[in-house]
Amino acid sequence: MSTAAHTLAPLAYVLQLADTALVLGQRNAEWCGHGPALEEDIALANNSLDLIGQARMLYSLAALQAGPQASEDSLAYWRGPEAFRNYTMVELPHHGPMAPSARQDRDFATTMVRNFLFSNLMVGVWAQLEPSPDAQLAAIAAKAIKETRYHLRHAHDWVVRMGDGTDTSHARAQAALDHLMPYTQEFWRPSAAEQSAMDFGIGLDLGALQAPWQQQLTATLDLAQLQASPATGFVSGGKNGIHSEHLSYLLGDMQSLARAHPQAVW
Amino acid sequence: MSTDPQAPKPLKPLSEWPLWEVFVRSKQGLEHKHCGSLHASDAGHALRLARDVYTRRQEGVSIWVVPSSAITASEPNDKAEFFDPSGDKIYRHPTFYAIPDDVGHM
Amino acid sequence: MYTQALDLPDGQPAAVTSPAPSDSALQAHFDDKISQEQKIEPRDWMPAHYRKTLVRQISQHAHSEIVGMLPEGNWISRAPSLKRKAILIAKVQDEGGHGLYLYSAAETLGTSRDQMLEALHSGKAKYSSIFNYPTLTWADVGVIGWLVDGAAIMNQIPLCRCSYGPYARAMVRICKEESFHQRQGFESLMVMMQGTPAQQAMVQDAVNRWWWKCLAMFGPPDSDSPNSAQSQRWGIKRISNDDLRQSFVDATVPQAKTLGVSLPDPDLKWNEERQHYDYGAIDWDEFWATVNGNGPCNQERLATRVKAWDDGAWVREAALAHARKNEARSLKEAA
Repeated sequence: MSTAAHTLAPLAYVLQLADTALVLGQRNAEWCGHGPALEEDIALANNSLDLIGQARMLYSLAALQAGPQASEDSLAYWRGPEAFRNYTMVELPHHGPMAPSARQDRDFATTMVRNFLFSNLMVGVWAQLEPSPDAQLAAIAAKAIKETRYHLRHAHDWVVRMGDGTDTSHARAQAALDHLMPYTQEFWRPSAAEQSAMDFGIGLDLGALQAPWQQQLTATLDLAQLQASPATGFVSGGKNGIHSEHLSYLLGDMQSLARAHPQAVW
Repeated sequence: MSTDPQAPKPLKPLSEWPLWEVFVRSKQGLEHKHCGSLHASDAGHALRLARDVYTRRQEGVSIWVVPSSAITASEPNDKAEFFDPSGDKIYRHPTFYAIPDDVGHM
Repeated sequence: MYTQALDLPDGQPAAVTSPAPSDSALQAHFDDKISQEQKIEPRDWMPAHYRKTLVRQISQHAHSEIVGMLPEGNWISRAPSLKRKAILIAKVQDEGGHGLYLYSAAETLGTSRDQMLEALHSGKAKYSSIFNYPTLTWADVGVIGWLVDGAAIMNQIPLCRCSYGPYARAMVRICKEESFHQRQGFESLMVMMQGTPAQQAMVQDAVNRWWWKCLAMFGPPDSDSPNSAQSQRWGIKRISNDDLRQSFVDATVPQAKTLGVSLPDPDLKWNEERQHYDYGAIDWDEFWATVNGNGPCNQERLATRVKAWDDGAWVREAALAHARKNEARSLKEAA
């Protein structure tokens, strides 16, 4: 039951949304200049720009509750991996399971399957937040849902092309799905931040998201002729601050220049 | 788009995505304008890519994509018979007619 | 600047051989159009050498845009603020788009995207040699926007009046988008020059490394460019290398003053008589060494593009295979 004092989405939840958007935006930008076709390079850059734009709006919203010195950049560049609350799935590199100290090529199948699984979730989340009593979060949701619907459509198209393409593309898509499905378990177990967001009545209802997500997944995999892998095994904890080994490398790179010049304005 | 017999024939390896011509009507526009071309694997793909490549700075557009091979173009040699006859029918242009100023805007 | 290798002798004499008698009327009509500043369009008759020159120039311009995504792309992941990160991604994305418009324009001349890429990847085709230098600091990104894009704009605006229609139209589109590129670079440098001593030093260091390379971008002096004359007669090349270079220096010196950076040329000074800036000697040996493959990043730039293409083959094939399967299915349903 929401009261007037609790119409603001809790800081921790806004940071979860912001960190997730930033980390995935950062990952997708890695394809810039390296895409399989020029047209797709441009499309993925759009995806990344949308996500970074969402992150900026969310960090600015979070900064209102994060103290007088807080800004979008202080939150993005001056928090370490232990403070980040993104889903583990979005911090993974663009390839199958491998330690960060090993080196592997980027795999477009991993990128698109991940974008699909994630965007599928976020269209549901943004739809719930559009009518939120937190007016600023509602405004962000209204913009983000349009972008996310496009991301979902783009990723769905690629999952289908790869699954129902060549033997090679089918095998890669299936391998990516097998690798990433277990990370979706994290979507459904409420973090402390999500629990308090739901208690505050901002609109989020995690329980109601899973069935439609599953429905879309089944529809897409059907067209893609891919097998839905069981989402079992280890449950990742990124949104609770327990990340994979990959996040500290991602943030180490991303934050390095800003941190080398602590007093600088850019 | 070249069907000029003197143009060298391009190679068509199996892995090349076909070429599509893109036409965009902006929110303020009255008709679709040709913006350029792109490569895509099918029509739906071409439409999505056209949105990503050619409409990054516009709001509210309509997009048409057409396989380049489907376009029929007039021959440059026919220019004289296709277009010149309309050149001397100047009575089709409003400026041909002198209207007195006191009639007002017409 | 996209035709550096066109000025290298390739065994073809510069003189145009006289056309076969049946082509003389076509040649006259073509020459007429050129002299009246009318556009040549894809299905028009054109001399073989005009077509060949354009394919090479337009495709090399396109290759330059694509390879140009790499030096700046190098700093996307480390951009020091979210705003700068977004701006840089948008800029690099635009460069990809420009390459795409140019490949499209070249395809109207009878070549294909894959053919052009094959020429690039095999080392046969050139790209603007400025992209064979490394971006060593974040300030390099701003300097590229200010100086490299500034130089490119000077070259591109006259190309909007190029005789070949599709190239001219692609250039108009590109120039509209380009104005943001130079401004974002300059603005980011202004912020740094008003910032910490370390930021100011970073900017000055970047200027010191890039200035001379940017002057060389306009290509060799007119006295060393024998084929420019033909390109100028055909309305492909509108303004000479030296004239463009001089305009660039004249425009940039006051901008450097506004920024508060010094340009690393002791011979740079205003010449009252000429009403232009005099500048020092460019190291053309270093320029040609880099154009010919011995610059700092040539191998890396090319290998990176080749890898992206090769690694992407299965993706492109999958899309085509899927499209064909769909087509077969709908034909079957219709039957």
